[in-house]
Amino acid sequence: MELDRPLPNPITPEARPFWDGLREGKLLLPRCQSCGHVFFYPRVLCPRCHARDITWTQASGTGTLHAFEIAYQVFNKAWRVKPPYVLAMVELAEGPRLMSNLVNVEPDPRIIKCEMPVRVVFCKLTDEITLPLFEPAR
Amino acid sequence: MSPVADPRALRNSVCIVGVDESDEIGSLPGKSQLTLHLEAITNAVRDAGLTITDVDGIFTAGQHSPALLGEALGITPRYVDGTTVGGCSFIIEVGHAVAALHHGLCDVAVISHGESGRSGVGVSPRRDTSLSGQFEAPFGFGGAPTLFGMVTTRHMHVYGTTLEQWAQVAVSTRKWAMLNPKALRREPITVADVLNSRPVVYPFNVLNICLVTDAGGAVVLTRADRAKDCAKKPVYVRGMGESTEHVMLTQMKDLTFSEATRIAGEKAFRMAGVAPTDFDHIMLYDAFTSGPPIMLESLGIAKRGDGVHFFADGRSTPGGTQPINTNGGGLSYTHSGMYGIFPIIEATRQLRGECDQRQVPNVKLSLVNGMGGMLSAAGTLVLSNER
Ligand SMILES: [Zn+2]
Repeated sequence: MELDRPLPNPITPEARPFWDGLREGKLLLPRCQSCGHVFFYPRVLCPRCHARDITWTQASGTGTLHAFEIAYQVFNKAWRVKPPYVLAMVELAEGPRLMSNLVNVEPDPRIIKCEMPVRVVFCKLTDEITLPLFEPAR
Repeated sequence: MSPVADPRALRNSVCIVGVDESDEIGSLPGKSQLTLHLEAITNAVRDAGLTITDVDGIFTAGQHSPALLGEALGITPRYVDGTTVGGCSFIIEVGHAVAALHHGLCDVAVISHGESGRSGVGVSPRRDTSLSGQFEAPFGFGGAPTLFGMVTTRHMHVYGTTLEQWAQVAVSTRKWAMLNPKALRREPITVADVLNSRPVVYPFNVLNICLVTDAGGAVVLTRADRAKDCAKKPVYVRGMGESTEHVMLTQMKDLTFSEATRIAGEKAFRMAGVAPTDFDHIMLYDAFTSGPPIMLESLGIAKRGDGVHFFADGRSTPGGTQPINTNGGGLSYTHSGMYGIFPIIEATRQLRGECDQRQVPNVKLSLVNGMGGMLSAAGTLVLSNER
């Protein structure tokens, strides 16, 4: 089956548990054992207290739409999703932000609003890769 | 802080003595990126009344290293700097050149930009960094418009800024471009034209987004004592500042406010001994219409949320009380990719009084502020034609 989007590439070793978790339907986030800070993207030290003691915690999968855009054209050669589609910056309930897409919604700025509640939808691309997309929570 | 370590000791110690673009700017499929560099350097050195053999410090950013430029010019510099933190790198490098020249690490510094941004001649293929390839590309992100729009919709949510207000920035900037023979887009536009132009990625239509051109530009600096012997009236670097906050936009603390810009501005204003509201002339990096208002707010020139008013009420336009982006900006004059050299060139020309129809009367103090990436890095300069 032809993929409708580029796969994450390259997957870095420090982010491997994130991608492994998604394959099992879990949204895992790095958490500092020293100060409790939950952050994203994955890295080997805590950006708050600089401890090198990082573990993983399962996120609730809920959050808010921090900011968004509606793409009317394709910006990436490997992208096959037909415009318009919604580019999303999601702020998770646990604090960190990540980039994603808002799906199951009309791509209309009169409907999509910053701060609207969203929840994760797991989108399986391949046996290896599942992406965390988001949809309106109500 | 001991007086020795106070950056105010560098105030006015170094001057901009030469500026110019490449022979042509625009769509140049017949010229490589390296050619754009070399044209700009030779033109700017000539503008200073110097020769290439006088140059002993090479500063550049982007794909070509200072070593390559030295080789191509046939000189062996004794000081090089290739700081590459996005389009404002050249603005930051003015500060680095001031420090190097002041301490005698070089005597004549050239800062060069050349980018075949439109035609891609002599350019290495772009590669995703591991972070954007891993965490942005799978969702359809690619290129600046898909990221800077986030800053923009967040500002609209927090401050109620409107699409009409962003459009005013494009209209104001075009009014300046109409007075600049070198500007690529010189036909008049209205707010309605911007709102009705081709949608690219909400909240941006095509007229909210900078041009994509091929262009080079260069700036020559030397110590104030030597500047007196150059061809043109010297422009003093009175203050400078730089900072970086993030690279990945998800890491930016407040999408509506650039912390890097605040820090760069405060450092530059303190070194220069000026207030943010003292400027006769302002150049702000305008890759998108929402950039300049957010920079005005981050620099403390406008209250938070109020930056757009400078453009909507005519202050920023020709004849206005606070002229902004008098070359026509990245939106209408040229934008090769790393635009930051061009606001320095324009500020220098304004301070020399070389701008004909678009000359701002009685300019004494000019502000140059640029961003790298998505407000990720910032460089600020305070320039003056008086000591
Ligand atoms: Zn920590």
